[in-house]
This record gives sequence, structure tokens and C-alpha cells, in this order.
Amino acid sequence: MSSLYRSFFILLLVLGISACDSADERTTRVEFWAMGQEGERVRALLPEFERRHPSIRVRVQQIPWSAAHEKLLTAYAGDAMPDAFQLGNTWIPEFVALRAIEPLDERLRAWPSTALADYFPGILATNRLNDQLYALPWYVDTRLFFYRSDLLATAGFADPPTTWEHWLKALHALKGAADAGRYAILLPINEWQLPVILALQRGATLLRDRYQYADFQNPLFREAFTTYLSLFEQGLAAPVSNTQMANLYQEFAKGTFAVYVSGPWNIGEFARRLPAELQPHWNTAPLPVSDKVPLSAQTEGLAVKGVGISLAGGASLALSRTSPRREAAWKLLEFLAEPAQQAHFYQLTGDLPARQSAWNDPALTGNRYAQAFRQQLQQVQATPPIPEWERIANRIAYYAELAVRREMTADAALAALDRDVDRILEKRRWLLARGVVP
Amino acid sequence: MISAERHAALSAWVFLSPALLLIAVFFFLPVLAALLLSFTDFDIYALGDLNRLRFVGLANYGQLLQSPLFWTALGNTLYFVVVGGPLSVAVSLGAALLVNSHLTRFPGLFRTAFFLPVVTTLVAVAMVWRYLYHPRYGLMNYGLSWLGIEPIDWLGDPVWAMPAIILMAVWKNFGFNMIIFIAGLQNIPPQLYEAARIDGASAWRQFRYITLPLLGPTFLFVALMTMIGYFQVFAEPYVMTQGGPANRTVSVVLLMYEEGFRWWNIGYASAAAFVLFALILAVTVLQLKWRRRSAMGL
Repeated sequence: MSSLYRSFFILLLVLGISACDSADERTTRVEFWAMGQEGERVRALLPEFERRHPSIRVRVQQIPWSAAHEKLLTAYAGDAMPDAFQLGNTWIPEFVALRAIEPLDERLRAWPSTALADYFPGILATNRLNDQLYALPWYVDTRLFFYRSDLLATAGFADPPTTWEHWLKALHALKGAADAGRYAILLPINEWQLPVILALQRGATLLRDRYQYADFQNPLFREAFTTYLSLFEQGLAAPVSNTQMANLYQEFAKGTFAVYVSGPWNIGEFARRLPAELQPHWNTAPLPVSDKVPLSAQTEGLAVKGVGISLAGGASLALSRTSPRREAAWKLLEFLAEPAQQAHFYQLTGDLPARQSAWNDPALTGNRYAQAFRQQLQQVQATPPIPEWERIANRIAYYAELAVRREMTADAALAALDRDVDRILEKRRWLLARGVVP
Repeated sequence: MISAERHAALSAWVFLSPALLLIAVFFFLPVLAALLLSFTDFDIYALGDLNRLRFVGLANYGQLLQSPLFWTALGNTLYFVVVGGPLSVAVSLGAALLVNSHLTRFPGLFRTAFFLPVVTTLVAVAMVWRYLYHPRYGLMNYGLSWLGIEPIDWLGDPVWAMPAIILMAVWKNFGFNMIIFIAGLQNIPPQLYEAARIDGASAWRQFRYITLPLLGPTFLFVALMTMIGYFQVFAEPYVMTQGGPANRTVSVVLLMYEEGFRWWNIGYASAAAFVLFALILAVTVLQLKWRRRSAMGL
């Protein structure tokens, strides 16, 4: 009997201790969602944060990229949002329309004025909507040329060209020097990025009237689109999708193509996957400008000579509007935004920092492939900041593929694209007509 | 007398009520809500603020029927049902006959082994099959290379992706139907076979004139359940191909999921769900009618 009492007493004691533990009001537990490898590697930064803020504990939830968007939306619908979360910067308009993220301007008043100016301006702009900053850029992403410097040199170009006209000459020379079955450039036909980049470089706006209508039959977009198609018609690019290219890295090593338009993640992939003897023979180059296009269209914002506009991609960090722990979560965001942490995060992941001062870190200045990105990031532009953009981009890719495969003429494809996108934007027009800013 | 009947009815309702309540709350209510949603344009804007919701009548259904992607998805789903369904039933019947045969030793072992894939998590199975199908390192192509056949990009080739998915689905599911077929086979009185043997009927004629007719009700059940299940194919393409290559493995439910949870067009996705429901209902009714007619003809 007494042993039963004793165990009952111990049980009470244990319950009491654990109750005290969970009732400790001085610790704030911040729930932080991050995607893919970022979600895994960011943990290495957190001990320092928790050392500086002993009353805050961070719980990182790692979410696979392929399910991240759905997971965040479902969390919002189910009222189970984390306190702080990572999101692709093209998703920001959507989460702003949902009223799911907290504007940051109030909190940013405490920052020195130089801190925001330290971000790449084109990247910061993607986080700003209706004159409010909704998220802090975490790392950046854009597209530029990866090329085989040895093949380019053999074709007569010791340095990468800086205009499209010269690049076209180089591509023709590369194609001429190659045997049949080889191409100058790889442009996966199921991607929307290059046609859109070419259009942005010409000053096309893609959508018109406050992003209410499609504007793809506009001469500026049309010219970009036909230029894109001509790369395939002239045999410079192979009409394959990226799932058909069984092993991209192997084909690049074999010289099946000498130029590839891609993003920063491939710096690491190329270094890992290309054979050692090829390592000195590849490099990166910013996208070129065009001789023909008036310079005013190409020099929006901080122009860098000889660098054409590319896309302002990347991931940002945001606060959930409904979180009761926004103060603690904001401290986490501020910590991750520090240049030192940004540089450290680059070493952990290879993700390029959003703050320019972090680029002075020896790890980055010593990476020769990253330098072209630093130039390119001065010259990036956002896609239309509306929730519908991902769906629109999806349609662009779809019709671009049909046009490349010649199942549709360029004009028919653009007319169909305009029609589809106008339908997607119907709700937005209705909302704007009612005076509700989406 | 009447009061006793009433009493019985009342107790029946009392006993039924927990189950009915569960079905009402977790099935009929959501279905009704989805039906209502299919007449609205519920989307990301409406999720943020219900004032941004509109009643659109049948517009979602109209848009769906005009969408080429929906017809592609429907075509793919029918391919899966028409090829995969009969194949699955045939394989399970074959397995049931083998396991049930008096020549087979350790029938319990085989029954369990064949049933194992059914109780394994589909996502885990699909991941393993993705390795089997790997164009360079997969076991499938390794086997084919022994026969001197060129490697096939099972999941990357638009022509082979659907057959690859069907093959996996059949392997995963046939065990369940096999168990039902075994139960059906064991219900056939052995005297019938004895009599047939005395009359000198061959094994094939025994199968054709005793086994098949007496398996009729089992057959109908298995065929219907398989058809209904196969129409709702989702997890296989979702895990293995994400609908690719070139949309060749997009099924109606995958389309519904993409529209609903990727683009958050809940209204449109609900409409897709009800079109699929109508289709399954129609095919089921047709199948029942056809069975009844052929049963009367016998």
C-alpha cells in the first residue's frame, strides 16, 4: 500500500515539475518555418541567436519546397500559421492579399537609414507593396549565363560579349564549330523566364492598366517573343524540356551546349557535378544589353554598364499578422538580416546574400562564379506584383512551348495567352472596380 | 402492436444515430458545402475576406468543360481506368485461383505475401518504384538490358509514364481483390466440381461454366470497387510524376488538387470534383444495368 502511495506521490511530483516547465512565462517559443535545405541549415545560426536572447527559443519546422506554398496556404486557412516564415518573394502579393503578413515599416523605423539601402534595390522592391514593406529579403536569386569559356574562346571570343548582338554572333560561331546534334545554348522550352526577361529588357510591362489586362500582343513583348523563338528556328537552341535533358551536367561537360541561362544554385551544382578537368573552363556572365533597344528602357534604377535586366527572385522572411509572438519573431528576422549572419548563411548554404555588405566577406569575394551575380543583381526587375502572377507565368511557359514546337504561330500563341490571362485577371478587375484594393 | 413497432423503430434510430451523425457531419455536410462552393468563385481573395466572394452559377462548370487541360486529365484517367481496371481484376483473379488451388503449398504464406503491398503506405511504395524505374540505375532497365532491350525512361517519356504508373498501381492493389475472390471461390460448393469431373469436363470448362458464373456477384463487387477507386487515381501520379511529362499523367483528381490547393481556386476545383462524381455515378449505374441484363439473359 505504501509503495502505491509513494509512486502516486512521485507521479504528482513529476506532473508538477513538467507543469512548472511549460508554465515558464519568461521563455517565448517562436515557431519558424523554412524550406528545403535552408530549413535544415539555418539551425546552425540559431544557438548564437538564443545566446543573445535567452528568453527566446526558436523551433524550426523544415518544409519541402515542393509542398511549401500549399502548406502555408493551408496553415493560413486553418489558422495555424507559424510566427515567422520563409516565402518566395513572388508569393508576397498573394499573402498580402490574404492579409496574412504583418507590414514591417513601423518596426523598421528603429533601423539605421543605411541598413535598408544595403539591400539590392531591385530585390527589396519585390518585398514592397502599396508603399509598405511586407518582408525582409533573405537570400537572392536571378538568372544569367553559365558558359563554357574554352568553347567560347575556340569560337573566337576570349571574353564573354556584353551585347545581345555580339552574343548572337558568338552563339552562331559556337553552333558552326559544333557537329550535328550539338547546340549553342540550352533553353528548356517549358520555362517562362527567358521570354519574360527579353520582354522586360525591352521595357514591356506584360500587363496593363494597373495589372488588370494582359498585354502580351504589345509590340514590345511580341518582339521579345519572336526573338526568343528565333533562337530555336536558327538551330541555336534545342527544342527540349528540362525533363528530357537526362543529365544536364553531363551534357554541358560533353559540350552538347555551351551556354545555359540559370540561377545561383547551379554554382554549387556545377562545381560538384562537372568533372575536375572541366572546372577551369566554365564561368558565369551577366545578361547582355541590346544595341538596338533605346538605352532608357534598359537603364531603370541603378544601371550597370553592359548588364541587361534580369529577374528579381529570391526568398524573404515575413511575420504572421495574427501571431501573438511577433516581437520575438521580429528579433529573429533582424538577427538573420545582419550582414554577418547573411555571410555565414552563404557559407552554410551557398545562397547568395540579399545585403550587399555581406558580399565583402572573403568567402564571397573569393568565389569567381559569384561576381557576375553581384553585377547582375544591381540590374534586376520584379515581375508584376499580383497574386495571379504564378498562374500567368505558367500560361506563358505553356504557350511558349507550343510556339517553339510550332503547334501554334507566335501571333496565335500570344492571342491565346492574352485571352487566358484576361480570364485569370477577371476577379482582380472586379475587385478594383469595387474599389477594394486587392 | 403499433406502439411496439414504434418502439422498435425508435430503438433502431437510437442505435443508428451515432453512425448517422458521424456520416452527416463528416460526409454529407462537407459534400453539400463543396456543392455550394462549386457555384462560387471562392479563391485566394475570398479566403482573405468573404466579401470578395461571388456567386457565379454554373460558370465554373462551363469553364471546366472548355478547358483543354480538363479533357487531357479526363483522357488520362480513362486510360488508367480502362487499362488498369481490367488488368487489376484479371491479376487478382489469377492470383486467387493460384492461391486457392489444392496444388499450392503454403497458401497462407502466399495470401499474406500478395496482400502485403495493400497494407504498405503508398508514398513509400511509390518512392521505391521510382528507384525501380530509374532510367540509368533502375532494376527495370537492368532487367530489360539482359533481354537486350534499350533502356526506357519510364517516368520521363510521355508514352511510357502512364503504363509505368498502371503497373505499379496494379501491383499495389491486386492483393485486396484477391482476398475477395478467394472468399468467393471458397463459397462454391465442391460437389459441383466433382459432378463436372465425373461428366468429364476439362479444367477450362469447369472454370468457364462453374467458377465464372458462380463468381458473378463477387465479380460485380470487385469490378465496381476497382473502377470507382481507379477513377480517383491521385497519389501515384502525385508522388511519381507530378502530372508530367507533358501532362500525360495528370488525372482528374490531381487536376482538382492542383487547382484547389496550388492555385486555391476552390470553386473551380469543387466543380471538377462534382463532374467526376457524376461520371463515376453514371458508369456505375450503367455497369449495374448491364450486369442485371446479362444475369437475366443467363
